[in-house]
Amino acid sequence: MGIPECSSVSGWAKTFLFSLLSIAAAGCSKSNASTEPAPAASDSAGAPAAAAAPASTALTVGFIYVGPKGDFGYNQAHAEGAKAVSAMPGVKIREEENVPETVAVQQTMESMINLDGAKLLFPTSFGYFDPHILKMAEKYPDVIFLHCGGLYTEGKHPKNVGSYFGYIDEAEYVSGIVAGLTTKSKKLGFIAAKPIPQVLRNINSFELGAKSVNPEATTTVIFTGDWSMPTKEAEAANSLIDQGVDVLTAHVDSPKVVIESAEKRGIFSTGYHASQASLAPKGYLTGAEWNWESVYKMYIDEVQKGEMAKGKEWKHLVRGGFKEGFIKMSPYGAPVSEDAKKKADAAKAGFMDGSLVIYKGPLKDNTGKELFKADETHPQTDIALESMNYLVEGVKGKVN
Amino acid sequence: MSAGLGARLEPIVIPLCALVATLAVFGGFVALGGHDPLEVYYQMYRGAFGSWFSFKNTLLRASPLMLTALCTALPARLGLVIIGGEGALVMGGLASAVVGIALDGGSPFVVIAAMALAGFAVGGIWIALAGIMRIYRGVNETISSLLLTYIGIALLNHFVEGPLKDPASLNKPSTRHLADAYMLGPMPGLEVHWGLAFGVIACVVFWVLMMRTTFGFSASVVGGNLRAAKLAGLNVARLTIIACFLGGGAAGLAGMVEVSAVQGCANASLVAGYGYAGILVAFLARQNPIAVIPVALLLGGINASGGLLQRVFDLPDATVSVLQGILFIMILASESLYGKIPLFRPRAKAAEAAPKKLAEAV
Repeated sequence: MGIPECSSVSGWAKTFLFSLLSIAAAGCSKSNASTEPAPAASDSAGAPAAAAAPASTALTVGFIYVGPKGDFGYNQAHAEGAKAVSAMPGVKIREEENVPETVAVQQTMESMINLDGAKLLFPTSFGYFDPHILKMAEKYPDVIFLHCGGLYTEGKHPKNVGSYFGYIDEAEYVSGIVAGLTTKSKKLGFIAAKPIPQVLRNINSFELGAKSVNPEATTTVIFTGDWSMPTKEAEAANSLIDQGVDVLTAHVDSPKVVIESAEKRGIFSTGYHASQASLAPKGYLTGAEWNWESVYKMYIDEVQKGEMAKGKEWKHLVRGGFKEGFIKMSPYGAPVSEDAKKKADAAKAGFMDGSLVIYKGPLKDNTGKELFKADETHPQTDIALESMNYLVEGVKGKVN
Repeated sequence: MSAGLGARLEPIVIPLCALVATLAVFGGFVALGGHDPLEVYYQMYRGAFGSWFSFKNTLLRASPLMLTALCTALPARLGLVIIGGEGALVMGGLASAVVGIALDGGSPFVVIAAMALAGFAVGGIWIALAGIMRIYRGVNETISSLLLTYIGIALLNHFVEGPLKDPASLNKPSTRHLADAYMLGPMPGLEVHWGLAFGVIACVVFWVLMMRTTFGFSASVVGGNLRAAKLAGLNVARLTIIACFLGGGAAGLAGMVEVSAVQGCANASLVAGYGYAGILVAFLARQNPIAVIPVALLLGGINASGGLLQRVFDLPDATVSVLQGILFIMILASESLYGKIPLFRPRAKAAEAAPKKLAEAV
């Protein structure tokens, strides 16, 4: 059975040769593609070009997701933002889901640029940034790449790259208040992927919110080790519930399994990324949600006005919380008491006007070490919070 | 039709028929979904082979599959079903990153060669472990290689999040980056990285090894009849471990390419499913190293076109998985047809030939 395959190889060789010939004949197809959409025109014409443009020159925006669009989690939150964008005039969107953080995402970006004519890309997974977005951004300087994660470094990264992220731990703090006022056992549970700074910050804020209204409330954490581990997440949920936890929340790509497990076992839950209310009509309290709709509309507005065109100065690193419209809460579920709603709304108002600070002294970590002295305050924008490597007092768990 | 020509045509015609049947069934699914199958096939062609850009996309996606497919295909010649390519890839990638970082400052050629060797050796040892357990302890190699994958991924996570973590990689734990000089660039004039050349060369070399050498012949004797091989005095343990080592080494090399041509460091992005896709490629290629090349291109092309299907027709990502699943089932089902189609095996001649050969042998 060895020899015959050779003839099928020659078939492939033909395809290969054909392709080689076709580029030789047509000239470099890549350079054709990149000159065709005439970026120079939009540069010189500036702002009015896009606004007054007919439908045929609509801005094509590409959205790339690392998982399924309907995951009740990280990707759904972005896809909801994309959907809102697609309703804007003069905008056409292209979406691709389940794109791994490999050469595949580079190919998807190039394909959106070359085959779909995309001028603005939102590759949404954190892991797309380095090296994939950076590589493509250098290759296609006329396309704008906006990445979720806040990794942009001035002077080091290409000028056509921007990065945005939200202080979603504010919403976790508010969720913690609701959870702290709903729990009977005073035991809260948190199922998380990896002990990285972003995740630790959410856990800590959740516990600090709960403790602010219920000083005896503790949060038990289980790390599953990866972003999408449905079986482990379900096991962790059941084990926490067996230990007496009566409010569960999660920071994984899709909290679906955790929320469903909580509902099945008859306890409460708070959501993350997107709304999981439909999965747990009885026990869903509220949730920390991204508000990408508002962020994406803001960006596309800027692009259509020509504010982010090549050569112009624009803000490459954008962050925000409630105040800037980056995050929102799921509507309160039925079990949430009036008192809890009132205190949660008050906290939210505190974030809106800047009077509420989550990280302030005196604060100890859960091994008894002092983190902040009595007069220390660390507002949300404090860069020190971005490298958090501790769990605060009241959290049961270990940062490895 | 002469018996010789028939026997030669059979392994081409049957898979082709399976491919056509796959396209027909998949077309039915697409039509049920309210899309024109021909239009979908046209877009798939456009996304995979329609232009140099698309074909480059296909080549890039195919190159790791060639290497990981060998991880299943080589041991398969000895009758082993190894499905642990993912683990070998991950361990090979991790090892090559460690070597690349440790040798920082050396001449690029030497460092890259050392990385490739480290990736090959560690990936090879990983799968050789499954072979050793099989030979000396009778552990089923399919299960052990799969479980070794979990261990490999856990080790990667442990090292990347612990001892080898770059303190600057806060929210995406990774090893330190390789210096730019040690990155595998694109092949001259191709815009496709050297991983493709590694894949093609490995397939050809292993084809020669398995089909044209005493080693390969001994291996297929072991695969054909273990007792006969032992009676003939073949060193089954040695053959098994070497074949597993070489197969695992190919997958480890795929990991090295991922690190040095794509990611620039080792992190959880190495676990991208290339190892599992490689199993599919190996089976579709009927465990023949040279057939791995076109099959990897076919699957690479299907994957490359998946994006376009999502974007143009708004079809779900699972569409491509459905197509691959149908293809896999069709190819496996078509295996049962070998030797059963009279066209390829004129009965009279076969019946004549057999006793004659037997007589000669006696």
